[in-house]
Amino acid sequence: MLDLRQYSSLGEALRDGLERWADEVCLIEADRERENARLTYRQFQEAALPLAGALEECGFGPDHRAAILMSNQSKWLISAYAIFYRGGVLVPLDFKLTPQEQRALLAHSKASVLIIEHYLWRALVAAGGLEGTSVETVWVTEAPPGADLAGAFRWEEAKGKGNPSLVRRGREDWASIVYSSGTGGRPKGCVMTHENYLEQCIALTALYPFWPGVRYLSILPTNHAIDFMVGFIGPFVCGAAVVHLRTLRPEYVREAFPRYKITYMSLVPLVLKNLERGLKERFAALPSHKRFILNTLIGLNRLLTRERPHLKLSRWLLGDIHRAFGGELRALFVGGAFTEASTLQFFYDLGILVGNGYGLTEAGTAVTLNDFNPFRPDTVGKPLPGMEVRILQPDAEGIGEVAVRSKTVMSHYLDDPELTAETIVDGWLMTGDLGRLNAGGHLQLFGRKKNMIVTEGGKNIYPEDIETVFEGLPVKEFCLFAANYLWPQRGLGKEPLVLVWHLEPGQSVSDALRQELILRNRRLPDFKRISGTLLWERDFPRTASLKIKRTELAEDIRKRLDRSAVVSL
Amino acid sequence: MRTLPQTLGEILDLTAQHFAVPRENLSPDDDFFETLGINSLQALELLTRIESHFGIELPDYELQGVTDFRTLAERIQSRL
Repeated sequence: MLDLRQYSSLGEALRDGLERWADEVCLIEADRERENARLTYRQFQEAALPLAGALEECGFGPDHRAAILMSNQSKWLISAYAIFYRGGVLVPLDFKLTPQEQRALLAHSKASVLIIEHYLWRALVAAGGLEGTSVETVWVTEAPPGADLAGAFRWEEAKGKGNPSLVRRGREDWASIVYSSGTGGRPKGCVMTHENYLEQCIALTALYPFWPGVRYLSILPTNHAIDFMVGFIGPFVCGAAVVHLRTLRPEYVREAFPRYKITYMSLVPLVLKNLERGLKERFAALPSHKRFILNTLIGLNRLLTRERPHLKLSRWLLGDIHRAFGGELRALFVGGAFTEASTLQFFYDLGILVGNGYGLTEAGTAVTLNDFNPFRPDTVGKPLPGMEVRILQPDAEGIGEVAVRSKTVMSHYLDDPELTAETIVDGWLMTGDLGRLNAGGHLQLFGRKKNMIVTEGGKNIYPEDIETVFEGLPVKEFCLFAANYLWPQRGLGKEPLVLVWHLEPGQSVSDALRQELILRNRRLPDFKRISGTLLWERDFPRTASLKIKRTELAEDIRKRLDRSAVVSL
Repeated sequence: MRTLPQTLGEILDLTAQHFAVPRENLSPDDDFFETLGINSLQALELLTRIESHFGIELPDYELQGVTDFRTLAERIQSRL
């Protein structure tokens, strides 16, 4: 691995990585059983420099902002490198947002360049294009021949006149603006510095090292902090390879393990549980004598790895299972949301290490990570090197808000000093999560202080952001809450959303009203849907500008009603 | 060449088989996440089954935002 302490920016560190491991494979991109691309570090550099040249030619330089809107693929990383090479600020956007949401974040970020996949560009143009944004130049990848690009350029043809020059940046300079949420109301653009990333990379690779020959399977969106770090920066400063799949169908993900001999992968609880389900179904289908042998071997493995993992032994005992995972797997990382201890234990007993952790974009990816020393499925692990974790105002059980201080904590929220001041207090990042540090220094989480839910798919959902779907509902007023915010519960798990409604005088919950609610609810993606309603018979407290005072309303609800008052949809 | 109603019918048959639910419980405008109580990954698994049945390939993004059988059938039909 490169010694990152000597670098002041990602551009320089990545450039040295590309030169040092020139002949190693750095990227493999596959679609179903086909392999689209396989690049060495040298070829990666050759693919990126023309784009860096084109950026230079259009005047793109230090501190200019460029957004990427692409699914996981090699051109994402190539484009990001070209942006860093020119000293620019990367704005990674979520390709799964609607075109309207993408445009709002583009406008907020003030990006002057957009690099976008063709199908996403088509959707964005159809939805009104770039109106209201600062984007001047657009490069589109993979456009079919003859396609109308609506003023954009072809990424594949991007090229400058001469050799572009690498622009050096300081550690405190901005590297990226990462949106942690805010598609509906208030965009939260986390401004990350080069120092944030370099320090995070040092911390993570200390625990889980990369080296040439390691293959990381990237299925989480690269615009997310975790994949950006473990699926790009980490491997690239260590000479490892990243495998991208163009389809995330579970069976192709499963096949990728043996085909590409995967070493590491990060995933969200939803995918991990799907893997668990698939394995359990296969175990259940075994003839009874084979199942007996398997269960005996699993029991033996559990016994022998109680103190610490023993990968070689587990691979030998449970060979078939490990071969299905390619035989080279060292760890899966799971985070972004709560993972049940039973799921983690299931994999650990098979000798498949699932390092669960806890992190947030604002903290620069991971704050804590399980180190298997020993395995503690009921916690999210210990703070990574360089992370200070404190529990604020702990109650009698030691539970309080988790605060984090580290060189990896973001600089600020873009153009939002008020929110920044609420979130970073005296150098400590207020996470809004409730936790406790146990005697061994492991962090346990107990829910959230904020009106927010985190889905199994790792998405942060702010209830107020989805209220627009219910606007015009024929009731006097309504408001959305996370049930666990209204009635905090000790423990994590299901995170239902509740619509609190206040009817007009004399109005009742008719079938027609219920139907309308159900129809509107269906317009939301499955993970954003409400699961129940709560009838409220008082006027909502409001500010002078008529905004609902949510905290006050929540307190009042908490005082007068409990969970049993929620009516399921 | 199949008509849209035929395609839709076959999709409903495949879904009923795949998730082992009675065919008569499914109708074209059902939201499949709700009716079947499945998550997005299980929907993707179904899609693979549908692809191999019709002998087509549908990029993952074609399914983004699709929640009912009728819209799904239209997406499939346009690739037949």
